[in-house]
This record gives sequence, structure tokens and C-alpha cells, in this order.
Amino acid sequence: MKASLQPYSHETLLERLEELYEVEFTWLKVEPLVAVLVNLDRDTQDFILGWAMRLLTTNVYISHEFIIRVVEALDRLERRVIEAWAVHAADIFDQQGLRPALMVIQQVDSFLENAHAHAEGITFAEVESILSTFVCGLSGRRLKLAQGDSVYTDSETLYLPNITAQLIKSKDNFLLCKAQVAFMWAQTRFGSFRVDFARAFAAYPDPAQALAAFHALDTLRLEAYMERELPGLWRDMQRLEALDEAEKREDFCAFPRLQSPDATVNDVLELIPQVLGLPLPQRIYQPRLDPQAVTACMLARMEREKILLRVKLAELVKEHQEETPPDLPLSGEEEEKKAVEPPEFELWEMQEGQGMELVLDDKPIAPPEDVKQLLTSIMLDWGDVPPEFLVPAGEGEYDPSLYQKEEKDIEDVWKGIYHEEGAFLYREWDFARQHYRKNWCVVRELELSPGDPVFVDKVLDKYQGMIKHLRRTFEAMRDENRLLKRQSQGDDVDIDALVEALADSRDGREMSDKLFQHMHRADRSMAVMFMVDMSGSTKGWINEAEREALVMLCEVLEKLGDQYAIYGFSGIGRKRCEIYRIKRFDDPYNAATKARIAGIIPKDYTRLGVAIRHLTEKLNAVEAKTRLLITLSDGKPEDYFDIYNTQYGIEDTRQALFEARRTGIHPFCITIDQRGKDYLPHMYGHANWVEIDDVKKLPLKVADIYRRLTT
Amino acid sequence: MENAANSTHTALIHDPSTYVIEKEPYYVPVGNEITLFEAAYANHLPLLLKGPTGCGKTRFMEYMAWRLQRPMITVSCHDDLTTSDLVGRYLVKQGETVWVDGPLTRAVRAGGICYLDEIVEARKDTMVVIHPLADDRRIMPIDKLGQLLEAPDSFCLAISYNPGYQSVLKELKQSTRQRFVAIEFDYPKPSLEREIIIHETGLDAAVTDKLLKLAEMTRNLKGNGLEEGASTRLLVHAGKLISKGIEPRVACQGAIALALTDDGDMIAAINELIGALF
Repeated sequence: MKASLQPYSHETLLERLEELYEVEFTWLKVEPLVAVLVNLDRDTQDFILGWAMRLLTTNVYISHEFIIRVVEALDRLERRVIEAWAVHAADIFDQQGLRPALMVIQQVDSFLENAHAHAEGITFAEVESILSTFVCGLSGRRLKLAQGDSVYTDSETLYLPNITAQLIKSKDNFLLCKAQVAFMWAQTRFGSFRVDFARAFAAYPDPAQALAAFHALDTLRLEAYMERELPGLWRDMQRLEALDEAEKREDFCAFPRLQSPDATVNDVLELIPQVLGLPLPQRIYQPRLDPQAVTACMLARMEREKILLRVKLAELVKEHQEETPPDLPLSGEEEEKKAVEPPEFELWEMQEGQGMELVLDDKPIAPPEDVKQLLTSIMLDWGDVPPEFLVPAGEGEYDPSLYQKEEKDIEDVWKGIYHEEGAFLYREWDFARQHYRKNWCVVRELELSPGDPVFVDKVLDKYQGMIKHLRRTFEAMRDENRLLKRQSQGDDVDIDALVEALADSRDGREMSDKLFQHMHRADRSMAVMFMVDMSGSTKGWINEAEREALVMLCEVLEKLGDQYAIYGFSGIGRKRCEIYRIKRFDDPYNAATKARIAGIIPKDYTRLGVAIRHLTEKLNAVEAKTRLLITLSDGKPEDYFDIYNTQYGIEDTRQALFEARRTGIHPFCITIDQRGKDYLPHMYGHANWVEIDDVKKLPLKVADIYRRLTT
Repeated sequence: MENAANSTHTALIHDPSTYVIEKEPYYVPVGNEITLFEAAYANHLPLLLKGPTGCGKTRFMEYMAWRLQRPMITVSCHDDLTTSDLVGRYLVKQGETVWVDGPLTRAVRAGGICYLDEIVEARKDTMVVIHPLADDRRIMPIDKLGQLLEAPDSFCLAISYNPGYQSVLKELKQSTRQRFVAIEFDYPKPSLEREIIIHETGLDAAVTDKLLKLAEMTRNLKGNGLEEGASTRLLVHAGKLISKGIEPRVACQGAIALALTDDGDMIAAINELIGALF
């Protein structure tokens, strides 16, 4: 079919592109584009125009540039790679803005060179999760993985580049990342950084050369460790080295000293003069050595951990003293000694290389996990735990701000420029692009300031009869332990039934088989999340209705005994999405919660998708058989002068609901928007939304949904 | 027992109230648990064994049953376990009701050891039935029979649970837990674990050491995506496969990585650890 279609003519293309790029406003020239497209076959034209339209929703200039450049790429690249290129440009636009994204499109040549990088390369996102778990399994300090401009470590974070593509196959590229991560782990684990980088090389005429020699020699030492510790990986590393196409320089002659199991970094330092001036071998998996980063990170950590350990030990002493009752009264002299000498810890080497044991007053103490981690980290930096570290900190010796993590006030974060620190990041579905925009929305959870507590009493008063009715409705759904008699199966014989059955059988009638009793156990396990629209449009009776409905629901849900939570959502723009805690799952329904319900006020806009994603995560964290996400809303998804007001918002919401459903959640929408039927069936599905015009109906609808799901 | 079953193709039938383990089960003490158990047993105190899965709690019970030469009746607890399942019930046989003892009653009558495995899996209200047996009264009322059993000296009640992965919902009631003498189990020290694996699997020391290293690595992952690290039991499983000629990477993937978790990324990461070692 496709082959028979005629290519678009010059006129058609011109008309279409002029319309697409709105030339009378943008002043973009479309003639060159037409010239590019007109000679292609219809299928290719459609492919390019399709992607141009998808990119158009991201940015008009990117789309325009795409058509100009794509022809160069057409012959040389598969369509799959061209798609990757377009998506990459859109991602860069999201992250860094127009100029860098245009660079990606313009530098199609460099993209072509790296075409295999993008096809067979491994991205950081692909390895991050697996390799962070991998490195966590190896012993030693807990290391983090992060994306950086090259492969190096500062002794706490291991940096890997965005794309690793030195090798031809993607499998090998993954192995390379793994080898690099393991190698950097070995650097921290086997003391490569226990060197004073500032001084150690100063005496050499060319310190940089000496540093390079050090790195090369240390690599040999670490390789010996890898061979002993991780033989399987070591085999892979040798294979990777053989695959590497870079020009090889000959290895040094062997240094048996570095092969020994107790070779230290000092051996390496001593050997430097022997190799100065020789060509240095460079391994494919060898990271860059960044002494500045290491030193800065280590100095800060060493100081912090000393303080932290001493503070933790002081806590341990305190706990220990509380546990052990004072034994025999001490003589005056002993008493004095005790008062003067602070308790001191010792570290004893345990048998069989089991590490160290913490000892207080000759009694071993099991250190908590965090202290163990600290001791390990300190040993890695110092090679040993210096004795002054084992003196518990005195009262008030350190300012708590030195060791406590600073807790930033969430409210402060919004002030000034937008900080994304400590916020949750969520992706958003761009239906035009048919891809997610990564880390697109920034969400914060905020405390809702309480409102007038009298409100709840007023509602209880006003809807007295209604609440009574609702209670009965919900009570009917309540499940209780009860003994079921006359069952055909059960735990025990139902004696009454048996007596009757025996009598029947004597009379010559047929004997019933329902002779057992069975204990029916209440096993309701339901969690409900109410997601309340707090957008500006709810101002007035809708907000009032929402609050009244919530009060009634809480009253009756308490009776049912199910877990439920209430969160409000609002925000302006994708960088400022806000979720308000009204009642968490484990909050009781008390005066404070009631006041928070009363305090629900209309705020800004309705960016639904991100709220659904965030609350889905929360809902999935509770243990329950059935999970229900009920949205109370007054209208369409919308945001401040944003693309979200268009079909984009509806599609993103729909996608977020898909995601929720995939995790087993039942989403449901109760709306007060009378035009809801235009878009709600598309988002929630025909059966999963309901429109109400009266607040009194709301709790009844919830009861309906409940019944549908639980019976 | 194991060997007997292995040698034929039919299961051997034993009466649990009289069956006494004949062959000494392989058990290496980790601490003073044997003396503690014996002292508690002599003083009619019930026992609570805590510890992660696969660290040897059940093997220890078998060993003690053999040592004391008492029959052991094991009940694996679950959600639907009812009081009648433990105490006994009437069944209908040929138009008559017949009383059948439950495992707990049988153990009391026979003066054996009743071992309730994974006790927190059972509902809290069910477990109240063991209370009179677990304090100094050592009695068991059976209302339906109108009997009051007084446990003989040789009767012993032991329960086990794993405090690690249970949720708050599944904690032992204070009134239950405070009747027991607790013995805590953990994975044995590396040297001991090495000894156990070599004994159980017949592997050489080099492969055993790699298995131990792998165990250590997975235990480092506990709380970082894994609920538990690899237990001694899993190591023994992997070791048995390897000694039967299965390729070590494959054996560890099957016996350890896939047994530990269903999470795709986590399995991949453990496989990478296995690949790094073997």
C-alpha cells in the first residue's frame, strides 16, 4: 500500500510546513525544508514529518533544524538511531534548554561518529540501579554512584559518564562499567588514597609525571587484589583489556612486591623512582585519578567522622550505664577514679579476621549498624582507628550542627530560586512526543495549616441524619469474625446438625452433608487514599462541599476500621507541585486531623498526573489487599499558562492512572464538573468516574465504590 | 531418616508420638545454646528460638530431640491455623463422632517435644491456647473432652520465629513471648560456616570460601533492597549443586540469587556479584 502512495508535491509540502511552523509569526524559512523533502519517497517523508511534528511540541526551532539535518543522516543511520537522536535532543532541551539541544541537532556528524555509542553504548541510567546494588554488596564504605564527566571517584561517590561506548558490544560496555566501578571500589577498599597527595609528589622534578607513575603502579597493586578477591571479574577485566583497540604500551616488568597480599600504598610510593620516564601502561577500566577531589572529600569526612564516632560512643556509654545497675558500692578512692576518668573504648581484633570488636571496660559491646559503618569507614581512611577517636565526646564538646545533617525548612526552599534539593522528582508523559519527560515535575510535601475546628462540629450538626444513615450503610459492609453453622466443610463438627442428620438417617431420610461449623475470619484489608483538589477553581461551594464530604467520610470510615489517608494537591507550574498532608495512613482521626480538614483552602492549579504518581507511591507503601485511589476534583487538569491545559494534561493524567493501575491500584474519580463526561471516561475509563451535583451524594458514592470493590 | 527415605522409593511411615530420631543430626553449636536448652528443659521452661531463616533453628531442634531421645512433633504455623488444629477435634466416622487429638495434644500425651515453627504466622488469638502449657502450670485443658492434661516431665514446648522480616502486624503478643526462655540464633561465624558447608556438601575449601564471600556480599545488601541475606541453608543448597557438577555461576544463580528475591534489578545485581566471584 505504502509504496503506491505518491510523494507529496512541492506545493503540498510548502503549505503543510508553512502551517506547521506558523511562518507568519515565526519568520522561519520553509523553502529549504521543502527542497530537502520533495525528492524523498512518501514513506520517508511521512517518517520525517512525523518526527518533526513530535519535536514541534518541544520546540519549533529544534523541529525546524531537525528537518534540515536529518537528510545527511538518512543514508547512514537506521531509523531507530534517528529516533534516538531526536529523543536525545528533546531530553537535552528539557534538561539544559534550547542552545544545547540545537547543538545536538546541528552536530549530527558527531552523533554519526558516535552512532554506535548511542546504539550499543550503555547509558548511566541503565547501569545505575544494578551497579549501585553491586557495589553495596562489596564490603567497605557505602559508596554512591553518580553521573559525571569522566570515570573517577572522590572516595565516596563513584562517577561514571553518561554513555560508555568504548567497546563494540553493549554487553561488553556494561562489563566495562562494572569493572570500572569495582576498580574504584578497590581504590577505596585497599587504601589507594592513604597518601598525602599534596606532599608525596612535591619532591619530584615533575610532580604530575610522578602522580601518573603512582597511579599506574597502584593499578598493578589493585589488579593483584582484584585477582584474589573477585577472580570472576578479573577474568572479565582481562578479556576487556584484550578487546580494547587503543594502542597498547608494554607493561612494566613485574613487581612481585605489588603482587603480595599485604602490599600497601607505601610500597607503591617507594617504587615510583624506578618507573619514572618509562611509558606507563593504561588500562581500559582504569579510572582517572583526581587527587584534589579525593583530598577535599577525605579531609571533610575524616573530621566529620571523628566527631560523629565520639558522639555516638558517648551515646553508647550512656545506654550502657542505664542498662547495668550500679554494683557494689565503691570505695572512696575508686569513686574518685571513676569520676575523673571518662570511660574509654578499646578495639580488639577478633579471631578469624572477623573485623574488630568494640570493648568497654573489658566487656565487648555489640555496636549498632551505624557505628559499625563508621568504624569501617574510619579504618579505610586511617588504616586503623586512632585511639583519640575512641574517647567518647564530653557533654557539649561539639556543636550539634557539626555532625547533624542540616534539616532545611521546606518552606524556605521555595524562597528565592527554585531548589530541587530534597524534593521528589517525577516524570511526565508527553503524548505528542510519545515519550516521558524525565524528572520533569518537582513535588514537595507540605504540612497543611489547620483551620477553624468549629467547622467539623457544624458539619456533624448539619448532617446528623445523613451521617446516621451513612453509618448504617457502612456498618452493613463491616465484616466480623463469626461462626458459620451447617457448612459442608469446616474446622469442627456442628453437633446440632449432626444430631439432626443422624435422626434423619434413622428415619430413612437422606442425611445432610452440612455437618460442620466454620469460623469465618474478618479479613478486610483495604487502603483508601483520598486525593483532594485544592486548586483555585474550587473556591466557594465546591471547597465547602469537599470539606463537608471529607468530614462525613472520616466519621463513617472510622467505623469500618479500614486504613485511609487524605492528601490535598495544588501547585503552580511543573517546578512547584505541592502535596498537602491532611491525614496520613497512620494518623488518628483526632482534633488535629479535623482542624486540617477544616483548613483545606483553594490554592493554585491542578496538575493531576504528578499528584497521582506521588500518591500512588504512598498508597503502594501500605500493606493491603485492595488499594483505592479516589480523586475529588472539580474539573480538568490544568496549570498556569502551561501546555498542561491542553490535551497534554489529559493524556499525562491518563498515563499516570495507567501506571497506578499496573501496580494494582483501583483509581476512581468523583467530580463536580458537569462537563466531566467529555474527558473523564478517557482518563479513568467509563466505569470509574462519577459526577455529582450535591455534596450529600458524595459519601454515598464512596459507599457504592466500596461495595463494588469488596463484595 | 533422610538416608532411609533415600534408599527406597516409598516413604517410611512413622507415628509421630513415638518416633525418635536415631541417627545423630549434624549440628555444630554456635554458642552455649545446647547447655541453655538442656537447663531450660530440666526446669520445665518453654523455649523461644529467634533468628533469620536458614540459620539452623530447626536443625538445632532435631538435634536436641535426638540428644534427649524424645519424639518431636513439628507444627508449621500459618494464617488459618485454628485452635482445633492444635488441640484436636471431633470427626465423623460411620455415623459416630470420634475425637482425634491435634499435634499439641499428642505431644503432651506422649511427653515429647512440640515445636511450633514460625509462630508469628499464626493468628494471635490461636496462640493463646499454649499459654497454660507455657507457664508453671504446664496443663492443657481440653473442653470438648472434659479433660485436663497435665504435661509429663519430659514434655517440652518450643517455638521459633524470625524477628527480621515480620511486619508490625505479625509481632508476638507480650503475654505469649514473656513465658519463654529465648535463644538467639544468627548465621555462624565464617570458620564455622565453612566447616558446615564442607561437611554438608563435600566441596573443597577454595569454592567454599567463594560461597562464603558471596554470602557476606548478599548480607551487606540486607536493608538495601533485600529482606535477608543468603542463609547458611542456601549456601548448602548451592554447594550441593556445585558438587554434583553444576557450573558454579549457574548453581549460585539458581540456589541463591533467584531464591532471595523476585526483583529484576536485584537479581541482576546479585548475578553480577556471582559473576565477579566465580
